[in-house]
Amino acid sequence: MNEKVHSKNILKAENLSIGYKRQSESICVAKNIDFEIKTKELVAVIGVNGSGKSTLLKTLSNILPPLSGNIFLNESSLTKIDQKKLSNLISLVLTNESISKNMSILELVTLGRHPYTNWLGTLTTSDQRKVLKAIEQVGMLDLRNKSCDSLSDGQFQKVLIARALAQDTPLIIMDEPTSHLDMYHKAYVLQLLKSITKTSQKSIVFASHEINLALQLCDRIILINNGKINVGTPSKLIKNGAFEKLFPKDLIVFDQISQSFRMKIS
Amino acid sequence: MKKRHLNISILGFALVLIILLSLYLGSVKIPLSDVLKSIFGIPIDNSTWQYIVLEYRLPKSLTAILIGSGLSLSGLLMQTLFRNPLAGPYVLGLSSGASLGVAILVMGSGLFGGILGSAFFSKWSIIIAASLGSLMVMLAVLTTAKKVKDTMTLLIIGLMVASLTSAVVSVLAYFSNAEQLQMYIFWSFGSLGNLNWMEVGLLGICWLIGIILSIFSIKNLNALLLGENYAKSMGVSLSRNRLIIIISTSILAGSATAFAGPIAFVGLAVPHLVRQLVKTNDHLILLPSVLIAGAIVMLICDVIAQLPGSDLTLPINAVTSIFGAPIVIWLLVRKQKIMF
Repeated sequence: MNEKVHSKNILKAENLSIGYKRQSESICVAKNIDFEIKTKELVAVIGVNGSGKSTLLKTLSNILPPLSGNIFLNESSLTKIDQKKLSNLISLVLTNESISKNMSILELVTLGRHPYTNWLGTLTTSDQRKVLKAIEQVGMLDLRNKSCDSLSDGQFQKVLIARALAQDTPLIIMDEPTSHLDMYHKAYVLQLLKSITKTSQKSIVFASHEINLALQLCDRIILINNGKINVGTPSKLIKNGAFEKLFPKDLIVFDQISQSFRMKIS
Repeated sequence: MKKRHLNISILGFALVLIILLSLYLGSVKIPLSDVLKSIFGIPIDNSTWQYIVLEYRLPKSLTAILIGSGLSLSGLLMQTLFRNPLAGPYVLGLSSGASLGVAILVMGSGLFGGILGSAFFSKWSIIIAASLGSLMVMLAVLTTAKKVKDTMTLLIIGLMVASLTSAVVSVLAYFSNAEQLQMYIFWSFGSLGNLNWMEVGLLGICWLIGIILSIFSIKNLNALLLGENYAKSMGVSLSRNRLIIIISTSILAGSATAFAGPIAFVGLAVPHLVRQLVKTNDHLILLPSVLIAGAIVMLICDVIAQLPGSDLTLPINAVTSIFGAPIVIWLLVRKQKIMF
């Protein structure tokens, strides 16, 4: 117990139930969720389509209220933190948002400084430095004046990650940052996330379908399966056989030796 | 950055030129030096000329500036708020609300009996009816805006309100006589030249309130370029922000329609033209550019409507449509897509 107090928890879920309201009726997606995310950890949320990954991430970023239970962010209750203060603690990388691409990379990443600037949005030199550093971290410094409209999906994803970095929050939550990307860029983005957590004091929680890649990179995995949540290091979850039960067994099976899913060849 | 400031300066210079041109041109030929003297209060020999410039041309040019810039800014606000490049001040049904108010006043007198006698159709009663009409639509939209979370739904509701009001206008038109119908149609042509100084002042106050509200929204408008979820995650209070933007649009577009009748396409086309010119979506640069460009476009349309060298005047609404529609089509065809 004593040890837990000393290790830095950025996020902690206690007996959490998540779900959403549809016509005044609450639909529970998962319950009895307990986990901690520590500083500098890279955490993947994994589950099949419709398992509640997005619901969990939305609850963690305070877009949806929890059905019951508590979430603590830096040891204060998430639902009691006001929107302004929360913008200094959590930044988001989302998919399928209607983003205006009619601006340069620099302009888009600059928007990440929004919570810190004055009423007109004037940048200080320290703001400008942080913006350039964020663009450099995703390796796009040379392209910074290019229009977002001319970028590939992979490049644009990196720009969105840079925007979250510029917001400079201890926790970054990402909803499927690797969707629509080819295999190389999937690996590239995940490696980038890993290096961000290693080189800065930030923790990243992301939802992903890339189980094979996540198992190789992440410090911790939150596995959602049929309303039950399984949290642990990749090796612990593999040992528990948590992945064997994830999918129907007719097409793919989890291979303990290579620690990845393989096609079943009959 | 430097280049953008240059672009704004060029726009400002063009505005000054076109203001002078609009003051110079008219059915009575007055030398430019006398026009300038009249404006700066230096007495000139021909007092009729001075009267024409001070009481007719100057208020008209000011009206064109206020209405052009106001409508363009409200178009920009709507496009960012709805993240839809085809949004304009009309999408919230504001101008159809104004049309409905005027239609009820002008054509509904047959239905309501003698209370609204023909002597009552003064300019002011039309302004009040138009304001009441857009105010009612604005209140209806605000009430729905509180209940509906999704801005796209709000956009569709605005379109529905517009078609509903135009249906009521059609019904009224069907039962009204030729004289009433003509009166309504003349109002719907739009006109910049009917305002006296007091009315220009009133329009100016509305314009100023709308502009001030917009200036305080610049930062949040930029955040909204990323969509509502991102904006919220960066600490933007979505509902309050939306309220301020809708109020500002309603004041800008509502007052313009009340004083000059419905004027189409300026609000939709000008923000897109400006984006072609300044090549940024930063509202700190877009807002002043759109204001200046809106004024320029409106003044040009007014100059064309006067058909220089003739005594005829075309309806301003027709001129803005004739120029606005091809611009939007050109943007769609040439640029393949128009972005907000």
